[in-house]
Amino acid sequence: MSDVQMALGGASFDGLVTIEEVSGHGMITLRGDLSDKTVVKAVKDVFGVALPATRGAEFERANGALWMSPDEALLLCPYAQAQTNADALSAKLGKTHALVVNVSAARAVFHLKGYAVREVIAKLAPVDMSPEVFAAGQVRRTRMSQVAAAFWMDDASNAHVVCFRSVADYMFNILKNAAEPHASVNYF
Amino acid sequence: MSARLPTQGRLINRDRPVTFKFNGKLLEGCQGDTLASALLANGQTLMGRSFKYHRPRGVVASGSEEPNALFNLGTGDTLEPNQRATTTEIFHGLNATSQNHFPSLEYDIGVVNNILARFLPAGFYYKMFIHPRPFWKYIYEPFIRHSAGLGKAPDYEARDPDRYEHFYAFTDVLVIGGGVAGLQAAMSAAKSGAKVLLLEQTPHWGGRTPVDGGTIDGKDAEAWITETVKALQNMPNVTIRTHTMGAGVYDHGYVLGYERLTDHTPDTPGPRHRLWRIRAAQVITATGAIERPLSFAGNDIPGVMLASAVRDFAINYGISPGDRTVVVTNNDDAYRTAIALAKAGLKVPAIVDARPEGGGALMADAKDFGIKVHLGSAVVKAKGAKELHSVLIGPQDGDGSETTEVFCDAVAMSGGWSPVVHLWSHCGGKLIWDEAQAAFRPDHDKAPTSHDGAPFVIPTGTADGEMYLDAVLQNAAKAGQTAAVRTGAKAGSDAPPTADAPDEAPMAPIWLMPSNAPQKLRAKAWLDYQNDVKVSDVQLAAQEGFESVEHTKRYTTLGMATDQGKLSNINGLATLANALGEDIPQVGTTTFRPPYTPISMGAIAGEARGEIFQPIRKTPMHDWHDANGAHWEPVGHWRRPYTFRKPGESIKEAVNREVLATRNSLGLLDASTLGKIIVKGPDAGKFLDMLYTNMMSTLKPGRCRYGLMCSENGFLSDDGVVARIDEDTFLCHTTTGGADRIHAHMEEWLQTEWWDWKVWTVNATEQYAQVAVVGPNARKLLEKLGGMDVSKDALPFMGWVDGELAGFPVRVYRISFSGELSYEIAVPANLGRAFWDKLLDAGAEWDITPYGTEALHIMRAEKGFIMIGDETDGTVIPQDLGLNWAISKKKDDYIGKRAQERSHMTDPTRWKLVGLETLDGSVLKDGAYAFDEGQNANGQRNTQGRVTSTYFSPTLQKGIAMGLVLNGPDRMGDVIKFSNTGDGAKEARIVDPVFFDPDGEKQNV
Repeated sequence: MSDVQMALGGASFDGLVTIEEVSGHGMITLRGDLSDKTVVKAVKDVFGVALPATRGAEFERANGALWMSPDEALLLCPYAQAQTNADALSAKLGKTHALVVNVSAARAVFHLKGYAVREVIAKLAPVDMSPEVFAAGQVRRTRMSQVAAAFWMDDASNAHVVCFRSVADYMFNILKNAAEPHASVNYF
Repeated sequence: MSARLPTQGRLINRDRPVTFKFNGKLLEGCQGDTLASALLANGQTLMGRSFKYHRPRGVVASGSEEPNALFNLGTGDTLEPNQRATTTEIFHGLNATSQNHFPSLEYDIGVVNNILARFLPAGFYYKMFIHPRPFWKYIYEPFIRHSAGLGKAPDYEARDPDRYEHFYAFTDVLVIGGGVAGLQAAMSAAKSGAKVLLLEQTPHWGGRTPVDGGTIDGKDAEAWITETVKALQNMPNVTIRTHTMGAGVYDHGYVLGYERLTDHTPDTPGPRHRLWRIRAAQVITATGAIERPLSFAGNDIPGVMLASAVRDFAINYGISPGDRTVVVTNNDDAYRTAIALAKAGLKVPAIVDARPEGGGALMADAKDFGIKVHLGSAVVKAKGAKELHSVLIGPQDGDGSETTEVFCDAVAMSGGWSPVVHLWSHCGGKLIWDEAQAAFRPDHDKAPTSHDGAPFVIPTGTADGEMYLDAVLQNAAKAGQTAAVRTGAKAGSDAPPTADAPDEAPMAPIWLMPSNAPQKLRAKAWLDYQNDVKVSDVQLAAQEGFESVEHTKRYTTLGMATDQGKLSNINGLATLANALGEDIPQVGTTTFRPPYTPISMGAIAGEARGEIFQPIRKTPMHDWHDANGAHWEPVGHWRRPYTFRKPGESIKEAVNREVLATRNSLGLLDASTLGKIIVKGPDAGKFLDMLYTNMMSTLKPGRCRYGLMCSENGFLSDDGVVARIDEDTFLCHTTTGGADRIHAHMEEWLQTEWWDWKVWTVNATEQYAQVAVVGPNARKLLEKLGGMDVSKDALPFMGWVDGELAGFPVRVYRISFSGELSYEIAVPANLGRAFWDKLLDAGAEWDITPYGTEALHIMRAEKGFIMIGDETDGTVIPQDLGLNWAISKKKDDYIGKRAQERSHMTDPTRWKLVGLETLDGSVLKDGAYAFDEGQNANGQRNTQGRVTSTYFSPTLQKGIAMGLVLNGPDRMGDVIKFSNTGDGAKEARIVDPVFFDPDGEKQNV
């Protein structure tokens, strides 16, 4: 099979934080009633994670589940397993009213690493990034400057940012700009 | 003549000289000087020329309220006009030039306006430039544009080399202002456990108190300030920032902060300005108060300054305003200036106090220095042109006919203090008139309210009208605690500090000196320095019938300059009130609007410039297009190739080549930008039947149907091919511009109207790259790639099939927008580029030709297919375009159905779609109108049609067009005339819109 191409071919930048385009993320959009037991069980069976509460992010080894809205979740897994998992999930859901779509190719993902991840994101997203309000275990689905974006923190100095593939270039550039070495805010 | 004092200067470091340039001259100041203090230190009191009359002007204030001392800073790419000298910290290499004069600051021909002042009063602009009307365009407007503004606009080619950024900050309590009130409020709020952000616009903490004196908790005010700042810095729940101005208070606790990071150290790397976008639960405005000038003739001569500014310059920067300074006042506070000057060894020949009884303790102190105090007196006139040389003193209660001359080179004037209520007012806070202080102060019963209807702004300190140090601190502590409690914290129990400052006698409101000054004097008593508005102007406005303060403001331009009337508002209001015989509160104030002082456009733009000005959306094949001659076209945020130019080709030649190559052999189009929305659920069919004019629920799995979507008002909104995936699932294609819009449209109806229908949608546009393989050899290419059956039987026209091609997982739709044999192939986006490369490689034997949007448009026009955005413009319905076949008659309802039954929609005189071909084969102009006989009621030529799409068809070797024409379909063969912009009319025949292959043979092979 041909190469799985990242949008920017794996670009990276070193500044207030290190920014790296990463591949390997499988992503599946699930539309359904997230409080429906069948839905919860199907996700647990296929991905091994619990569906999170509002604005939550649940991870279990290589898989994850991000809350997107009361009737939408974003499920994460290794890229190679995405289609199989999507099919398996559809099968488990059976007649339950739900929609499962493999969107692994639709996104670009960036890994931010460094002490200043909160600040870099806070320059771009209208989100309270203070440690007491936003930490690992949460997701934000919002905008960064002029594009839609979602992000979560793995821990205090590691964050993942997701945007649409078509604007990967723009996202990388605004992240780079925000992580410019002499632009510390020293707020958090 | 102003000069540097031998000692003192709290804020300057005499061991660190700084060289800077002023009007080409090299001067020296000290580190810590502002441009204003540095110029004064060098004896430069003449700092600019006023806007209208070009009067010589000097600095009047010491802070951001300064109206006169505005300079161009920098040159070339960093030129910035209208920078206030009082807020510009000097640095090595600073380059300042004064504004609004020719040929020089000292000798300005513009001063002729001053001589003609009698003929250039307020309202001059309106009265002068209104007649004769024809003069406006070529005489008045250019003249006004040329003389408008004070500073120089940067050159058209200049590019700002600095960086700017935004920062989103959230906090419980935002305190704006770092004087003692702000510091205390922040401390009280922080000690109650709230998260606090404290902003101060200047480089220094403590505000006025270090200059005005007083003790706090038994110690020197400065010591208390230093301790408090340090304590705040060490509290984990507090952030403090200098150089950061609270620019505006907006809805729901949203506040903009403007941080100037490197204006004072331009060689420091990093962003120049940062715009803080703050969301605070509570905002405390500790924004201080601004002193008012006194209105006497000549109160604008260089050397006449606000009393507080004089002592600020003396104490903070070690500046002597002149050898002899007269103090004129209506309150006790100005005596502080006389005392400060006396302590510095300078002469104060007189203190002119308008009050018959004078002042309290501070007057006694001044007298102890041997200073003469004239009670019940006024400055009748200040004399001097470019420099003050004397004042005439007389009784305040008089007409200025009896005077004594006192020689002086500076005047320190005080008309009282106005609380800075701007930020309180930005979001709806109301004011009350404080009679005793002759000032507006915040009305606590009418605070700005937030989303929950509860107040979210608390004024404190002098901004709240508290003028005495002890009251300020008590007020501030309470403000901090109240704010904290409102955010859910528990009030701290620390007692606020106590303070000691001398008692003051009441002030007397004085709005004109002397009270019965004649016209001659009133015409030189300045209210608004920056816009050159005098007392006589406001009185004239009242006389001419302008009773509302909003009208007076615009008629006289009082308060409309870059200082937003900080020194002129109240004096102007009082003058108007007196002229109308009304009380000041009756007259009211004008609206306070953000920003408090000007902020840079760079800060507002933040990171959005150059490459990241706007997101550009790129398909997975973008880089290939870029490297292969793509002539780009913007389609929303996407970039699509209009055509691919081979070396030496013109755009036209490239387009024609692409059309012919595709129709004759094989073409390739990147169609990735089109919307792909997946719609699933037991009610999906029912739902799409409502959204489209067609019947979609009858579409069988494996088949496709072209559908139209209309708005509720019946107008065509979008079109696209819908594919039935399975029993419950559809995939809807939309136009490129429609993807996000139609997805939102679908979700809106599902969430707000049909919330009980079982339908889910997912916008999968970006998941797939999509490539159109088009032309007589299209099937041959797919067969060569191998992996699936693409025969006519396996994949008939308007069918779709999942499979593999050359190992790529694909979905192939057999649909055609060109009229040729055509396959649109979807692959996962991350394989898009590889797939595109593979097609190019395998298709080389058929001379495979990538084509762009223009070739696409031409081919569909040759086939009479409509284009959303060309044949539609928001007023066109499907019936106008002959698309009745797409409107299902079996459906009870669909979005737009009822609207299309309105009389205007069923009117037979609505223009209808036809084809158009010119008699001479040329191309009709885009948007051309077809003429009709006579004129309409507006005197405009009657029309009977318009061109909606027009091209040169390389296939047919002639111009073709589509248009909407009155009774068009019934007038086949008629010849009508179209406009041709300056080249006369063009004749065109009405024909069938399908110009090529009318039986559709080519796409059915």
